[in-house]
Amino acid sequence: MKVRAQIGMVLNLDKCIGCHTCSVTCKNVWTSRDGVEYAWFNNVETKPGIGYPKDWENQKRWNGGWERTRSGKLRPKQGGKWRILANIFANPNLPEIDDFYEPFDFDYDHLKSAPEMNAFPTARPRSKVSGERMEKIEWGPNWEEILGGEFEKRSKDYNFEGIQKDIYGQYENTFMMYLPRLCEHCLNPACAASCPSGAIYKREEDGVVLIDQEKCRGWRMCVSGCPYKKIYYNWSTGKSEKCTLCYPRLESGLPTVCSETCVGRIRYIGVILYDADRIAEAASVENEKDLYEAQLDVFLDPSDPAVIEAARKESVPEEWIESARKSPIWKMAMEWKIAFPLHPEYRTLPMVWYIPPLSPIQNAAAAGQVAVQDDMPDVRSLRIPVRYLANMLTAGDEAPVISALERMLAMRSYMRSKTVDGVVNLGVAQRVGLTPRQIDEMYKIMSIADYEDRFVIPTTHRERVEDAYSLRGGCGFTDGNGCSTGESKGKLFGSAKFIPPMESQK
Amino acid sequence: MHGFIFGIYPYIALSVLLIGSIARYERDPFTWKSSSSQLLRRKQLMVGSVLFHVGVLTIFIGHFVGLLTPFWVLELLHIGHEFKQILAIVVGGAGAIAALIGGFMLLQRRLGDPRIRKSSSYMDLIILALLLFQLCLGTLSIFVSLQHIDGSEMVKFMMWAQGIFTFDPNAASYTEGTSWIFELHILTGLTIFVLFPFSRLVHIVSAPVRFLWRPGYQIVRTKKRGA
Repeated sequence: MKVRAQIGMVLNLDKCIGCHTCSVTCKNVWTSRDGVEYAWFNNVETKPGIGYPKDWENQKRWNGGWERTRSGKLRPKQGGKWRILANIFANPNLPEIDDFYEPFDFDYDHLKSAPEMNAFPTARPRSKVSGERMEKIEWGPNWEEILGGEFEKRSKDYNFEGIQKDIYGQYENTFMMYLPRLCEHCLNPACAASCPSGAIYKREEDGVVLIDQEKCRGWRMCVSGCPYKKIYYNWSTGKSEKCTLCYPRLESGLPTVCSETCVGRIRYIGVILYDADRIAEAASVENEKDLYEAQLDVFLDPSDPAVIEAARKESVPEEWIESARKSPIWKMAMEWKIAFPLHPEYRTLPMVWYIPPLSPIQNAAAAGQVAVQDDMPDVRSLRIPVRYLANMLTAGDEAPVISALERMLAMRSYMRSKTVDGVVNLGVAQRVGLTPRQIDEMYKIMSIADYEDRFVIPTTHRERVEDAYSLRGGCGFTDGNGCSTGESKGKLFGSAKFIPPMESQK
Repeated sequence: MHGFIFGIYPYIALSVLLIGSIARYERDPFTWKSSSSQLLRRKQLMVGSVLFHVGVLTIFIGHFVGLLTPFWVLELLHIGHEFKQILAIVVGGAGAIAALIGGFMLLQRRLGDPRIRKSSSYMDLIILALLLFQLCLGTLSIFVSLQHIDGSEMVKFMMWAQGIFTFDPNAASYTEGTSWIFELHILTGLTIFVLFPFSRLVHIVSAPVRFLWRPGYQIVRTKKRGA
């Protein structure tokens, strides 16, 4: 048993209102720079839809993630090491920027500088890449917002696999949900495995997956390797970039920017202890539907004395073991079993998990045709097809998703009878296999969602692993080149300083 | 002039190449990259880049082995100069055609595509143009080489190249009286060496062959002391 600690995240999709605050605050902090205008380390998609970049979930097209070979070994789906090197001159699996979207801005200056004209001046779009006029914007990071566009196009959504999807194009039967996405900080990252330079690594102490900007050579295999398409090639610096899980904040015990600013309080951050020795085995189980359970088996119970001892032996700080015991992630994933990994079938063992959303019941229920017991309708009568959620969260296995939805419904029903009728409804709790105490705790963490309950983040003990004396007077967190400010007039090495097209036209 | 190009310039070029590359790797590793533009435009790169790279690599290895293999090794292997000359013309010619087709596709893309043009540096353009110029010169030199298929001219350049690396003070004299095409070819080649550390060419040094014997796939970094 090799105990490692991982900072995990859970997003309660039942409470996501799709406001994009997470995306915008993340963008302001991390990607408001040349070359990554198109990159959203955090984005919110409306489902059903093909997403950002287009059709990212379809690995038959993009070949991201892992595949299990006939001998039971794992290999990046885009190919083993020889294959990856053979594709280095031109990567057939790399999306083009148009698959994300061509970033643009508007000629705002024209509004005040335009000469007297018959027509009112307008601010027309201009590409942030080429600086050319864009007559028509064809796609954006959130083109399908709240079911924008025709169903015909959105129905290409990979999660419709095995679903008679035509009826969901009808107005009466339509459904939607939000899916905020960020880097999964996987236990078995396919990006790191695909990097020929070895620039991508997982941090042992907290599991954050990072790209060493000085070691990255821009071979762009990570972009195609990541099945979530959460690695972005910076076309200006020629290096790949990704979500850092705001590690400078995490290290001081603060939640990520996206979590901190989430107005719906849907995000949870906490520690999970896991057994690094079991990763390969868990990621290579034969049946895709077993991957969710296999990942649960990798997690270690932080209250188990044997685990605690092994964790101490691996010098996991005491505070971290303590935090793992209080971890909301552990409770949601392991105790209540209401959170699930996003697309476990990619075999990366992702560590950003999702609580599936409840949805209004179909018309049938209103007409009294659906059995309602304890105010709990059959989850199969919910508007969002269970199979759709299962395709997204459990590789198509409906049973765990049904159980999670029922537990959430049960929580509502239980709390309703408790607070409105003043009756403790033991029956409903027992029906979903929870104790009243568990439901009370679920209610406190999921519905009240106090800051301290959502974020249980121990600080990093850098003083124990690094020589703090040599760090004094250092540059702190910098982007790219050591102590460089990133501003230079001209450089002996490297390219001329890129002037954004907007500025060059003034 | 001949003495300078063949006797002194090689040492200047190799010194700049070596010291410049070390300095850049040390001082500015963030700029050490391949500068791929595939994300911005896939068209023309898929075919152009593969043709160009495969062609140039063939030629590069051919030049390296062809010029620097010591004479006694060739004798040991019973490789005649005429055979070697013909091999060079055939394999090098094939590589040159691939590299030229690919290179011109890439140049057309770099100049013709607004996205790529806007995100190109001057050095990107200079180095691509220079490489293409060099490829053309090399291809033209095949016609000169056909005049002396026995490999006699080739031997002169082998002696010169090996002389440079063995610090032979007479190295430059071995190539006296050869065609101006060769002279220009070598001048351009050495100039590419000089520009190497200041351009995207440095990615050649980082060709990630170590990937092949990296144990397993995953990389974990620890901050534990002594680890």
